Amino acid sequence: MALPKVLILRAPGTNCDEEAQYAFELAGTTADRVHINRLRENPATLHHYQILMVPGGFSYGDDVAAGKILANQLTAFLGDELRKFRDAEKLILGVCNGFQAILKAGLLLPPDDEGPLATLTHNTHGYQDRWLHVEVASQKSPFLKGIRSMQIPMAHGEGNFVCRKEWILKGLEQSGQVALRYANSGGGPANGYPDNPNGSQGDIAGVTDMTGRVLGLMPHPERHILPTQHPRWTREGLKHEGDGLQLFRNAIAFFA
Amino acid sequence: MLWEVEIRPLGRDSERERVCDEFDLLANASRGGDLVRASARGFLLEGDLDREAAKRLAVELLVDSVVESATIAEIGGIRDDLAITVLLKPGVMDPVAESVLVAAADLGVLPEAVRTFRRYFGTRELNPNDRDLLFRKVLSNDAIEQIVTGALRAEHLTHGKPYTFRKIMVPLLSLDDEGLVKLSKEGQLALNLDEMRTIQTHFREQGRDPSDIELESIAQTWSEHCSHKTLKGPIDYCETIGGQLTTKRINNLLKETIFGSTQELRKRMGSDDWCVSVFADNAGVVKFDDNYHACFKVETHNHPSAIEPYGGANTGLGGVIRDPLGTGLGAKPICNTDVFCFAPPDFPPDQLPPGVLHPRRTMIGVVTGVKDYGNRMGIPTVNGAVIFDERYLANPLVFCGTAGLIPVDRMEKAAQPGDLIVAVGGRTGRDGIHGATFSSLELTEESESISGGAVQIGNAITEKKVLDVVLQARDRGLYSAITDCGAGGFSSAVGEMGAELGAHVHLEKAPLKYDGLSYTEIWISEAQERMVLSVPLAKWKDLEFLCRSEGVEAAAIGVFEATGRLKLSYLGEQVGDLSMHFLHDGRPDVARKAEFTPAIANPSATPHSTLHTPHSTLLAILGSYSVASKEWIIRQYDHEVQGGSAVKPLTGVTNDGPSDAAVVNPVLGTWKGLAFANGLNPLYGDIDPYWMAAAAIDEAVRNAVCVGADPKRIAILDNFCWGNVNDPAVLGSLVRAANACRDVALAFGTPFISGKDSLYNAYASEGRKISIPGTLLISAMGIVHDVRHCVTMDLKEAGNHLYLVGETKEELGGSHYHVVTGQTGGAVPRVDLQRAPEIFAAVHTAISHALVRACHDTSEGGLAVALAEMAFAGGVGADVTNLKDAGPSLSDTALLFSESTTRFVLEVKSEHVLAIQKLFAGLPLAKIGTTVKEPRLRLAGANGEWLIWSKLDELKEAWQKPLRW
Repeated sequence: MALPKVLILRAPGTNCDEEAQYAFELAGTTADRVHINRLRENPATLHHYQILMVPGGFSYGDDVAAGKILANQLTAFLGDELRKFRDAEKLILGVCNGFQAILKAGLLLPPDDEGPLATLTHNTHGYQDRWLHVEVASQKSPFLKGIRSMQIPMAHGEGNFVCRKEWILKGLEQSGQVALRYANSGGGPANGYPDNPNGSQGDIAGVTDMTGRVLGLMPHPERHILPTQHPRWTREGLKHEGDGLQLFRNAIAFFA
Repeated sequence: MLWEVEIRPLGRDSERERVCDEFDLLANASRGGDLVRASARGFLLEGDLDREAAKRLAVELLVDSVVESATIAEIGGIRDDLAITVLLKPGVMDPVAESVLVAAADLGVLPEAVRTFRRYFGTRELNPNDRDLLFRKVLSNDAIEQIVTGALRAEHLTHGKPYTFRKIMVPLLSLDDEGLVKLSKEGQLALNLDEMRTIQTHFREQGRDPSDIELESIAQTWSEHCSHKTLKGPIDYCETIGGQLTTKRINNLLKETIFGSTQELRKRMGSDDWCVSVFADNAGVVKFDDNYHACFKVETHNHPSAIEPYGGANTGLGGVIRDPLGTGLGAKPICNTDVFCFAPPDFPPDQLPPGVLHPRRTMIGVVTGVKDYGNRMGIPTVNGAVIFDERYLANPLVFCGTAGLIPVDRMEKAAQPGDLIVAVGGRTGRDGIHGATFSSLELTEESESISGGAVQIGNAITEKKVLDVVLQARDRGLYSAITDCGAGGFSSAVGEMGAELGAHVHLEKAPLKYDGLSYTEIWISEAQERMVLSVPLAKWKDLEFLCRSEGVEAAAIGVFEATGRLKLSYLGEQVGDLSMHFLHDGRPDVARKAEFTPAIANPSATPHSTLHTPHSTLLAILGSYSVASKEWIIRQYDHEVQGGSAVKPLTGVTNDGPSDAAVVNPVLGTWKGLAFANGLNPLYGDIDPYWMAAAAIDEAVRNAVCVGADPKRIAILDNFCWGNVNDPAVLGSLVRAANACRDVALAFGTPFISGKDSLYNAYASEGRKISIPGTLLISAMGIVHDVRHCVTMDLKEAGNHLYLVGETKEELGGSHYHVVTGQTGGAVPRVDLQRAPEIFAAVHTAISHALVRACHDTSEGGLAVALAEMAFAGGVGADVTNLKDAGPSLSDTALLFSESTTRFVLEVKSEHVLAIQKLFAGLPLAKIGTTVKEPRLRLAGANGEWLIWSKLDELKEAWQKPLRW
C-alpha cells in the first residue's frame, strides 16, 4: 500500500509539532511540518497529503480565545480546500490547541443559524498538566478503531467542552460523535474534578464530525508513544509502547 | 472612530470570584463579594471603522457566543457609574491587542490601534479605605495599569510623538569630582568617582566631551550587571575563626574560586574532559552525545518581580530562554527550571512595609508569569523549588533556568568584518529604560505617572517565532554569530559581539514600536524578544526571506568592521565613536572590603518538650511551606511538551509525590537523558555560609544521583543572591560561600559551567531595613546514560528492605526541626568531602544495576520526612525498627530530623540485599526497616517504643494542605 502522507500544520505559537511528527514516523509514515503561511500562499499543497494534523500549542498566543485566530485563518484562507480535503475521504486530527482551532473553524460541528453549536472554554480549575484515563465512547472514528481506553496527559487551560443547548449535547451522543470521555482510573464515570479535569459537559474529551474522519481531542496521544513517557513506568514496568501510538497507526491503516 | 466592546461571561464569573477572594485575603475580611458585582473584559478599537465593521470584529473574533455576551458602543457609550475599568498604561506591552490587529486584518477589517481592558462593576457603598485597597492592590497593579471609573473618555489610542533629532554632548571635561559624582547620580549611570575620573581622563586624551550615548554605552558595559565588577574585582578579605585572624587580598574572587576549580578539574580530566565552553558564552556547554552538546543557564529577575510579579517573572523566563538560543550558533531549549524565594503567604497584610506587595500576590503573579511564558514557548518546566522566609518580603527571588541542545558542529561563532548587524524579533520601545516618561493618551484622572520603564510584560509568541526561525537559519548557515539582547539592549549585544572587531550602527534603522525614541533610547532599550545576528552580506537576502515567511521582523542596523571602534550614527550624523578597547578593558577595578566572623555558636538546646512529640514535629515539618507539596504550581506548568519527560516532577502511585529531580530524554528515539536538580538552603548560611554552599552543592548532586544521573557527569551552576555588598560582613559571607564552591567542586569532580550574581537585594524605608539572607542556588544538570534505568522516590511494594546510606550526625543547626520547634543555633551539616563522592558513586552503581526500587535523598526534615514522603507517594507503608543502626550514639531527635548531607534512603528487594551490602562495603549503610502493605509509617526509637505511628493519609494531608490553592 502507498503510505499516506501527513501534513502537520504549524502556526506562530504551535509547539507540539515535533513530537507529533515523531509519533507519525514511529507509526510508520512520513510527516511534514508546514507553516500556515506556506499553505496560505498555495492552498492546493494540502492535496498532496492524506492526513492533516493540527497539533497542540498556543497558536497566536491563544490571544482572544484559545485557537480562535488560527480558526479564523482556517476559515478565511483555507475553507474551501479543507472542505474538499474532508470530502475526499481523508483524515483530519486536531489535538489540544488543534482541537480548539478545528472546532472553532466549524470543521467538527458546523454552526447553525444561531451560531456555533459548542465551544471549548476556560477550565473550571485553570491550566493543568495531568495524566488522565480516557474511554473511547464511540467506534465511529477510524482513528480510534480497536482502542478501548488510553492513559494520556492533558496540558491546557481552555478545554472545557460546552454545548450551546442541551439538545446539541444529546444529539452528539446519539449520533456517536462523542468519541472520548474522561473516566476514573478504573474506567468508570469521572464524577467531577480531577478525573474530569476541566468541567466538560458529559465528560467529553474528544468529538468527531458526522463522518468520524475528523477527530478533535484535548489530551495528547502524541505524548504517550514511548513507554518512558508514562508517569508510573518506574512502578509498573516498561510497557511495549505508549497507549497513544495505536491512534497514529490507525490513521495510517485507514488508507491501506 | 473609537469603539468599545465589552464582553461579559454568561455563566460563572471566575474573575469576579478571584478579585473578591483577593480583597478578602488582603483585608482579612469577608465582604469582597459585596464590593464587586461582576466582571467583564473588553477591547478598544480605533480606526476608520463603521458600526458594522466593529460589530463584525466582535462577533467573528472577540466574543465566544456560546459562553459570553457583548455590548458594542462608541467609546463612553457604555454608561455605568459604578464601572471600574483597568487599562494597561501607555507603552506597556499588550500582546492580545497586537494579535487582534493581525487577526482583524485576516477578516479584512483594519483598525489602526487596539487596546484591551478589564472591567469590574462595583457598588455605591464603598468606603474610602476599601476603595483604596480595591483599586490599588486588588484590581490593578499601578506599576503597569491605570484605573478609570465611570464611562471611558478618550479621543485616540495612538501614542508617541515624532522625534526631533538633536545630538547631545555631555560637558564632562570641565567637571570637578563633585560634578562627576553628581553627573553619575543624576544620569543614573551608577558609576563611582574612580570610574567617572577614568572616563574623564579618556576623553581629555581625545580632547573632547562625550556625547550622551557614549557615556551611556560605557555605563551599561561597566555596570555590575554586565561586568560583575564586585566578584571579579579585588577584595580585601579578613576572617576571624576561633580567635585566629586571617587576611587575604583576593584579586578576582570568581577566578580564584569558581572558574578556578573548573579549570583545575578540566586539567585533571584530561582527555575525559566533557566541558565544551564554560563561563564564556551565554550558557555553559558540556558534551551530551555524538551529535549534540547540552547547555544550561540560570538567571535571576528579582527586582522587576518585586514590583510587577507577573511581568517580572514572565520576562525573566523570556530572558533566560534567549541565553541558550544565543549560545554557540544557537541551542534549542529543551526545558526550563524555576526556583523562588518568598515570604510566607500567610504574612499579616497589615504589617506590609510601604510599596511592598503581599507575598501571596507576589507568588501567584510569579507563578502565572512563568506559566504563561514557558507554556507558550513549548518548553517544559521540569524542576524547581520554593523556599519561604520572611526576609524575602521586600525582595523576592526569582530564578529561571533554561537548558538546550546544540549540534556539535554549531558551537563556533565569530562576527566577521563586513557582516551585517541584524536585529531579529520584537520592536524596540522605551521598555526597560529607567525613568522613561512620555505623553500620550490620557484616559484617566486617577492614573499615576509611569514608574519607569523598568517593568515589562513579555510576548512569548514573538519569542517563539524568533526561536522557530533562528533554528532554521542556524541549520542553513545564514549567520556567523548570534547573541541575545538582554540587559543593556543593543549597547551590550553589539558591544560584545564586536568587541574584538568594531562595529558601526545606524540607529534609525531599528524598527520601533512607536515614534519618539531618541537615538540613545534606541541604543539602550531593553525591549524583550530580540536577538542580534551577524549576517554575511551574501546570506542577508535568504535570512530576510526566511524571517518574513514566518512573520518575524529582521532589520539590518549596521555592519561589523575591523576598526576597533564602536561607531554610532543617526540619520547620517555621527553620535558616538568609542574605542572598543576602552569600553571593554578600560574600567578601573573597584576594591572592596569583606570580613567574616562566625555567628556565635550557640549549642543547640534540644529540651525534650512535650509540646513537640516526634509525631507532631513530623506533621509540622511536612506542613511547613518550604517542605509542603508544590503541586499547585507544578500542575500549572506544562512539564511534558516536546515529549521527552522520563521522570516527572510529580511521581508515585497517584502522580503526586515529590521527585528528587526531573529527567528529560531530549532526542526522541534515543535513550540518553539529562537530569535536572537544584540545591539551596539559606538557613544554614545564618550559621555558616561555607557549609551552606557545600550543602547546596551536595543537595543538587545527590538529587540528580537519586534518579540515575552519573555523578561523574554532573555539571553545576551558581547563582549568588546577596544583600548590600558594600557592607563588608555581607560580602564576607559571600566570599566564604565562594570558597566552599571551589573546595566542594574539586572534591566532587563536579565542574561549574556558568553562573550569575544578583547583589544589593535589600530594602530600606521608614527606618525599616530588610536584607535577604545570603542565598546560593546550585542548579545541576547530569547525564543519564539510559533513561530506562531511572528510579523514582516512591516506595514500590511491600516486603522490601529499607536502607539508609550515609552517616547521620547531630546536625540540627538551620534544620527544619529547629524552625518548627522555634530553636536556633546548633551545628550545621558538614559535607564529608572525601566520602561523599564515594557514596555518590556507589548509589549510582546500585541504580544502574537495577538493584534499587526507590531512592530518595534526605534533606529538609531529615530521615523522618524522607521516609514519610516515600511512603505516601508510593501508597506503601514502612516499619522502621533499626534506626539505632544508623547512629548508635545519637539521640532519637537527631536520628529522625538531623539534616546531615550525602544521605539516601534506598528500597531494595530481598534478592538484591547481598549485592547492595557488597557494593557499599566500607561505606556507611544501615538496614533500618522494611516496607509493609498497611498504609502507615512507624518509626521505633532506641528503646523500641514507637516514636511515630501515622497513617499515610494523615501525613500526606499535612504535606498537601498548606499550598493546595
